[in-house]
Amino acid sequence: MLKVKSVRAGYGAIRALKGVSFHVNEGEIVTLIGANGAGKSTLLNTISGLVRSTAGEILLRDKPIHKMTPAQIVRQGISQSPEGRQVFASLSVRDNLILGAYPRMRSSTRAEIAQDLEHVEQLFPILKERDRQSAGTLSGGEQQMLAIGRSLMAKPRILLLDEPTMGLAPIITAEILKTVRRLRDEEGVTIVLIEQNARAALSIADRGYVLETGRVSLEGKVEELLENSEVKRAYLGKGYKEVWE
Amino acid sequence: MISPPRFFKASMTITEQILQYVLSGLVMGSSYALIALGFTIIYNGTNIINFAQGEFVVIGSLLMVTMTEVYELPMPLAFIIAVAGTALVAFALQRLAIHPLRNSNAMTLIIVTIGASIVLRGISMFIWGKDAYAMRHFSGEEPIEIFGATILPQSFWVFGITIAAVVLLQLFYRKTLMGKAMLATAVNKTAARLMGINVENVLLISFVVSGALGATAGIIIAPLNLAKYDAGVMLGLKGFCACILGGLGSSGGAIIGGILLGIIEALGAGLISSSYRDAIAFVILLLVLFVRPQGLAPLKEMMMGQEKQ
Repeated sequence: MLKVKSVRAGYGAIRALKGVSFHVNEGEIVTLIGANGAGKSTLLNTISGLVRSTAGEILLRDKPIHKMTPAQIVRQGISQSPEGRQVFASLSVRDNLILGAYPRMRSSTRAEIAQDLEHVEQLFPILKERDRQSAGTLSGGEQQMLAIGRSLMAKPRILLLDEPTMGLAPIITAEILKTVRRLRDEEGVTIVLIEQNARAALSIADRGYVLETGRVSLEGKVEELLENSEVKRAYLGKGYKEVWE
Repeated sequence: MISPPRFFKASMTITEQILQYVLSGLVMGSSYALIALGFTIIYNGTNIINFAQGEFVVIGSLLMVTMTEVYELPMPLAFIIAVAGTALVAFALQRLAIHPLRNSNAMTLIIVTIGASIVLRGISMFIWGKDAYAMRHFSGEEPIEIFGATILPQSFWVFGITIAAVVLLQLFYRKTLMGKAMLATAVNKTAARLMGINVENVLLISFVVSGALGATAGIIIAPLNLAKYDAGVMLGLKGFCACILGGLGSSGGAIIGGILLGIIEALGAGLISSSYRDAIAFVILLLVLFVRPQGLAPLKEMMMGQEKQ
């Protein structure tokens, strides 16, 4: 469904991506794991059009999208929940969600948007409770749910999630991952999940890629990655070994 | 710059005098508030200080003079044309001077706005000459007495239109999708782009709205001041002082800062000496920058126990 072919990109002189290739099939959860600075966020931002690729191409259903603006890309059905949540702090929770539907304001009716709003609030009931509160007053976990809910308001076919569990308590991490899984299982949303928390990501994904300093160093099914000694050592850490042994 | 104190009676008690100063301060303060709001809108969208803001004010008032005195249009129509005309100038400024340099840093763009203000002033001088124009009052010119102080009917127009402009602006921001998109862009540009918000359009609209507000400020005080091609320098700087006083980037702060500045200036000019009128604004500017560079706005948030992101 989504193909990224030898994409290079960077910020000024910094070359964050040095020819990355990966693909995502319809209905899959694909995770990209890697350390800080491996280029994970740059990769998502290049797909979203925030960062321009300098080489390579990005195809959505065989249609090139790497020359499109972020607005056009969202309308193609790819929306992102960015790193650090990036909610509109001074706006209400409701307005944050409404703005998520901004790209389809012309193509959808008010009723459709209201219906999706209801749907997102069903998915994350806390957002309905906090409805009129300003987004900046929410807790980290609630803000993360808002960020995901907001990106769902665009009705994406592919959802890009950038570190959705960063800084969250284990119980909230689990809840968010469960919801991500549900989105795929029940609604068929294709998901690209970026995580530093490799264990969490691998627990819900189908396939994974390991990103190291701007290159894909390893790829495979989740079971294969979990068995890989390099992945174990570098990303799952000692704690995993104990469980595993 | 304010008309001579012809509405002073022969003898006024000190309280009456103070009330008089506060009233005239409120009038000037209202226009400063609108000018300051213009600064705020552009600052929030682009992080630049638009030093051509004063020029919007002057162009608005000069257009109003032309429409009413030369073409003898009715007031409301002339008002609309003058505001729309100035908004068009702001549109052109953004497209021709700011947009092509959108990838430059804020300092470059600020200097571009200073350049633009000089160009606009030159064009205004070319069109309207160096004369100062008197503008008809919107309705009667008979002063009204309130508790011993007097107030011109035009002042009520100033208050009314200022309040209407602020309310309209709030409705635009809170109720329309475009307004929300503009707020979102001010809060977080990256996230706004991810939502598919066309940030370039938002910036363009910021300039247009800001131009319309500036023109409104110029038009409502034109009958009290004189409209002159170079009045924008001082008015722009006063609006900027109001922004700093209120806290740069806060709309509420801009309004409060503008009104406070108007009142302090009028009190200072009246009680100390009117020759210091303009100096007072800049003394306040320096004091605020030395003592409380974040302005007054964060006070409110501290009291409400909220923090801005």
